[in-house]
Amino acid sequence: MTTAVEKPRRLMPRWRDYGRPRELVVRYLLLLLVLGITVGPLLWQLLASLKGTGEDVFGANATLLPHDPTLRAYRQVFDQVPVATYIRNSMIVVILSITSQLVFSTTAGYMLSKPGWKGRKAVWVVLVASMMFPFESIMVSLFLSIRDLGLVDSLAGVWLPGFVGAINVLLMRGAFLAVPREIEDSAMLDGANEWQRFRHLYLPSAWGAIMVVVINTFISAWDDFLWPLIVLRSESHMTLTLGLSRLQSSSFGYDQRVVMAGSVISIIPVLVLFVITQRWFYRGVSSGAVKL
Amino acid sequence: MVATQTAEPVSVPGAGRTAAAPGPAPSRIRRFARAVLPGPAPGANGAALYRRWWLPWLWTAPAIVCAVVFGVFPFFNTVLLSFTDAKPLGGAASFVGLDNYTRMVDDSDFWLATRNSVLYAIVVVPLMVLLPLMLAVLVEKNLPGIGFFRSAFYTPVLASSVVVGLSWQWLLADDGLVNTWLRKAHLIRSAIPFLSDSWLILFCAMGLTLWKGLGWYMVFYLAALGNVPKELHEAASMDGAGAVRRFWHITMPGVRQAMMLVGTLTGIGSLRVFTEIYMLGSSTGGPGGADRTLPFYIRDVGLDPITGNAGYGSAVSVALFALTLGLTLLAQRLTKEDEA
Repeated sequence: MTTAVEKPRRLMPRWRDYGRPRELVVRYLLLLLVLGITVGPLLWQLLASLKGTGEDVFGANATLLPHDPTLRAYRQVFDQVPVATYIRNSMIVVILSITSQLVFSTTAGYMLSKPGWKGRKAVWVVLVASMMFPFESIMVSLFLSIRDLGLVDSLAGVWLPGFVGAINVLLMRGAFLAVPREIEDSAMLDGANEWQRFRHLYLPSAWGAIMVVVINTFISAWDDFLWPLIVLRSESHMTLTLGLSRLQSSSFGYDQRVVMAGSVISIIPVLVLFVITQRWFYRGVSSGAVKL
Repeated sequence: MVATQTAEPVSVPGAGRTAAAPGPAPSRIRRFARAVLPGPAPGANGAALYRRWWLPWLWTAPAIVCAVVFGVFPFFNTVLLSFTDAKPLGGAASFVGLDNYTRMVDDSDFWLATRNSVLYAIVVVPLMVLLPLMLAVLVEKNLPGIGFFRSAFYTPVLASSVVVGLSWQWLLADDGLVNTWLRKAHLIRSAIPFLSDSWLILFCAMGLTLWKGLGWYMVFYLAALGNVPKELHEAASMDGAGAVRRFWHITMPGVRQAMMLVGTLTGIGSLRVFTEIYMLGSSTGGPGGADRTLPFYIRDVGLDPITGNAGYGSAVSVALFALTLGLTLLAQRLTKEDEA
């Protein structure tokens, strides 16, 4: 009895399904080249931070890989230099910014997405106008305002201009506008009042946009340099970026391995956030063009 | 799909909660919440939009205040300040008319900073429009492991400018990796002064900007590439068009709009460069401040606690704004012509 054995369909594609071998080789070589260029400098920093004091970081004798990897530099980062303080300060600014941005961009975005009140057009105009001026061209005046508020050299002064961004309000407004009218109607028929509709219908529907606000706020607050540089003066108030740049330029004999360890530490939170939220991360980039 | 996700929880809390709440008198927090949160208007059913007319204003007030106080007002204030001699740390300021502007016209350092900023835009914009697009084409095809490469190319975006600045600073130092390798390969005898020659600093900073922006705009282009019809590529390669020609004649026209947008964004971004120069050219902005960009110069002349003159800094800020505005209008004009 001979039956034609049906060959099971392959689930995994074979290499040749991806194209001609020569093209594939060229593609991967190019990918590896770009990988070296983009990740190389950061990887080198990571490797150098693992070197002990006996190994050169610079000069002709420096090797790429540490012979005897050690976490000494990471311990010293917290013992010798006030990196722990810097991280705490950066965290304070990040948490304050995310909280205020989230609360007030959702509330304002929600109201702007709702018809039925006079003046919403004017509010919209004000918000859009506020995005027209590049930060660098208004920072002198901003600093004078912060000075008049008595917030020079304080973390509140770093946080306040990023209290709630117009871009985030418009982003949330767009997300709320996308909620179908019929769902809200049916929620109303079920007797949900407006707060309940906001809380249980609008906020969950706008989850993606909320993540984008969180991610953007985290990165901009964590990585910001110019504004903290203008506002902060004393060592104990410095944020991480500011502290790292000061460590590097300061005259006292510092150990490069320690500064490198500090920079590696500074990347970790953003990297973790990136891995967790990758799905929304890319969406955040493409939503750069907010529907006005 | 949205419907099934969201409609369900709505019906759970339902009507009962607000209608009749017998029991202890509402706490102060509860009363405050009731005043601040939108609920049913008194005497109306749940369909009424707002409880009180000022509720929308209350909910939008923080955003309005922030936009006005930290967005709109500072601009007008900057224009006003540019006619005064205000000091960054306070004290009496007096009206000086157009003095700041006449000083600016004769200020060779101002023109140097303007030149650096404009040059920055001229060099960075074309490269930043093209290189990420080529990279996006490279990672567009779903090959095994492509997700890893995409994420890896994105890491420079995640690191702060200070961290990548530090990294480059060490790589480019006289005894840094680049010089050491070049010397070992016997390509050079003495170290290339990447971090002490003003032109090299400027170009290295541009390289840093490009390197850091590559992943960001790659993702941007990836989204745009999805809209280019695959059939066009297939038809073209059937007709014998090579990768280069397909890139030139199919990919580029297909993502034209995205390219215009990237050009505008990077143009504006180039005028805002500060950290790259600060990290590679030290806090002076290159030898003798030769690499200062406009934002760098604004900070130097306007915000220095001792020698700063916020009035003059504001005048330079107005110039920077005018330059940005000019660039934006130019980009708009080009985009419109392009569409026509």
